[in-house]
Amino acid sequence: MSFLELQGLSKRFDDFTAVNDCSLSVAKGEFVCLLGPSGCGKTTTLQMVAGFVSPSQGRIVLDGKDITGVKPDKRGLGIVFQSYALFPHMTVTANVAFGLEMRGVPAAERRRRVGETLELVHLESLTDRYPRELSGGQRQRVAMARALVIQPPVLLLDEPMGALDAKLREEMQIELRALQHRVGITTIMVTHDQAEAMTLADRVVLMNQGRIEQVGRPFDMYEQPNGRFSSTFLGKANVFSGQALGGMVHVEGHRLPCADQAATGRVDYIVRPEKVEITRESALVRGRISARVFLGNHWLFQVDTTLGTMQITHANTGLPQAGEGDEVGLRWSGEHARVVPTGAST
Amino acid sequence: MNAHRNRLPYWLTAPGMLVTLAFVALPLVLLFSLSLYPFVSGVGIGEQMTFANYTEIFSDDYFHAIFARTFGMAILVTLLCIVIGVPEAYVLTRLSERWRAVSVVIVLGPLLISVVIRTLGWAVLLGNEGVINNLLMASGLVSEPVKIMFTFTGVVIAMVHVLVPFMVLAVWTSLQKLDPATEQAAQSLGASLPTVLRRIVFPQVIPGVLSGGLIVFALAASAFATPAIIGGRRLKVVPTTIYDEFLGNLNWPLGAALAVVLVLIVLAVSMGVNRLVERRWKQVFQ
Repeated sequence: MSFLELQGLSKRFDDFTAVNDCSLSVAKGEFVCLLGPSGCGKTTTLQMVAGFVSPSQGRIVLDGKDITGVKPDKRGLGIVFQSYALFPHMTVTANVAFGLEMRGVPAAERRRRVGETLELVHLESLTDRYPRELSGGQRQRVAMARALVIQPPVLLLDEPMGALDAKLREEMQIELRALQHRVGITTIMVTHDQAEAMTLADRVVLMNQGRIEQVGRPFDMYEQPNGRFSSTFLGKANVFSGQALGGMVHVEGHRLPCADQAATGRVDYIVRPEKVEITRESALVRGRISARVFLGNHWLFQVDTTLGTMQITHANTGLPQAGEGDEVGLRWSGEHARVVPTGAST
Repeated sequence: MNAHRNRLPYWLTAPGMLVTLAFVALPLVLLFSLSLYPFVSGVGIGEQMTFANYTEIFSDDYFHAIFARTFGMAILVTLLCIVIGVPEAYVLTRLSERWRAVSVVIVLGPLLISVVIRTLGWAVLLGNEGVINNLLMASGLVSEPVKIMFTFTGVVIAMVHVLVPFMVLAVWTSLQKLDPATEQAAQSLGASLPTVLRRIVFPQVIPGVLSGGLIVFALAASAFATPAIIGGRRLKVVPTTIYDEFLGNLNWPLGAALAVVLVLIVLAVSMGVNRLVERRWKQVFQ
């Protein structure tokens, strides 16, 4: 059952379409990530749900009610902004209490609920601080508490980790995920970081140039990208254009295996770097290693082949046999290759 | 090498400092010393140093009334400039780029015209036979001309017009530093537009309101042309009184003493308010 529904949502500015006919339904309690490069329309979509941008077309339905024309102050959604947008002239407590105050919640209950929410985000010891006196991670928690305290039906997060450094970001991601599970709130998050989307989301909505490219669980989406864009934006991928025929794809004179016997015509042939094996024996293609880079938990190889430059990653289980300049063979199983008709999306 | 570099800033500021000393500090000192001499009618400035001028100012009700009027007017003008200038600056930041350019010219336009000319314009508008009174009479709203010219109200109206651009500029600068997402955040939490303006925007532009307010207050308290033209000879404020003492009565020492008292009060009020506001809203002054 869908709790929040976007129906054919579009937003056109003067000479440019930011969001083009996006439909999405979100179940109650679900964590959905809008993922895409900058300018793909994800933030505009979120702003339309929040009510700050009015759609040129389409409807937003929340819990059976059309809220498309409802002003943001009447929607009652919880929003965490990229800059956190804390009120700099108010203490942590006053920031969090603001939403309750606007709702006319009596002082005693206000105090109790603010206390509870600050406890939820582990900030109970910083109640009298001002935003300026807090670290980035603490500010983010205040922003979360401020959004959650009003018990909104939906929580909207706009790049909430954007202002944090890499290490803190990972910690906060785990924490956010735990918090979302505990509260059980329906959440929509915007991010351009595919790792973040995969860490947090129940479902990822991949957007590009104002359109939704693909929607799916992170694992499904990674394993079964529906096109060139999805495969290269979510993780790395080697993508070749070819001609499919009878369970084989012909690319630049090579016959590459694929599991899909029915595929025909112009296709994109996609194989993930970690699915490719380096071998000295019979290979699908041969090439020369032009670069070998150590990345801690894995090695990255660049191999110049007749198909083009391929990327290959291997888990770091020791120093690899092959080095830069070596002539090697590459092979992979047809099971691991993904074949989609060219231009299936975009 | 190091010592050299450390002294560089002093050398660079030296010319400015010298100019300030020569043309601001020194005249002030001379003015102060002038105020300490007696005025002897028929002779001019006397010999014996004395505080008589100050005693006269502090004991004479005539001067009390003038000072009260001057600062009452300055405070009222400042408050009106805040009430008009803050929303005006807010609207300016909300306009599209083209309209903003046009509006900024309109807002700042008055500054491009001489105060005297602007004030004479107000005199044309406000007089008993002026445009406003003619309109009021013609529309039948009043049967007799409303007296605005040569009144406190008239001076305040004209001064606000002259000084509001300073407030707009100062607040506008502050508004540009404001994170627009804080307004959206407040809205998403259920705040209506008036509440957002009162609880979220205004407190964050306090630094701009303060600096604008101090400029407006100091300019209003020391304004000469507008009170002289709109207020006339009888509605005296401190600057017009100083003028009269210097050039009418030729009592330079008393004029100098009035000037010193005016400067000191403006300074004291400005610094006091500055302190108070910065302490009260210290979170928005980073």
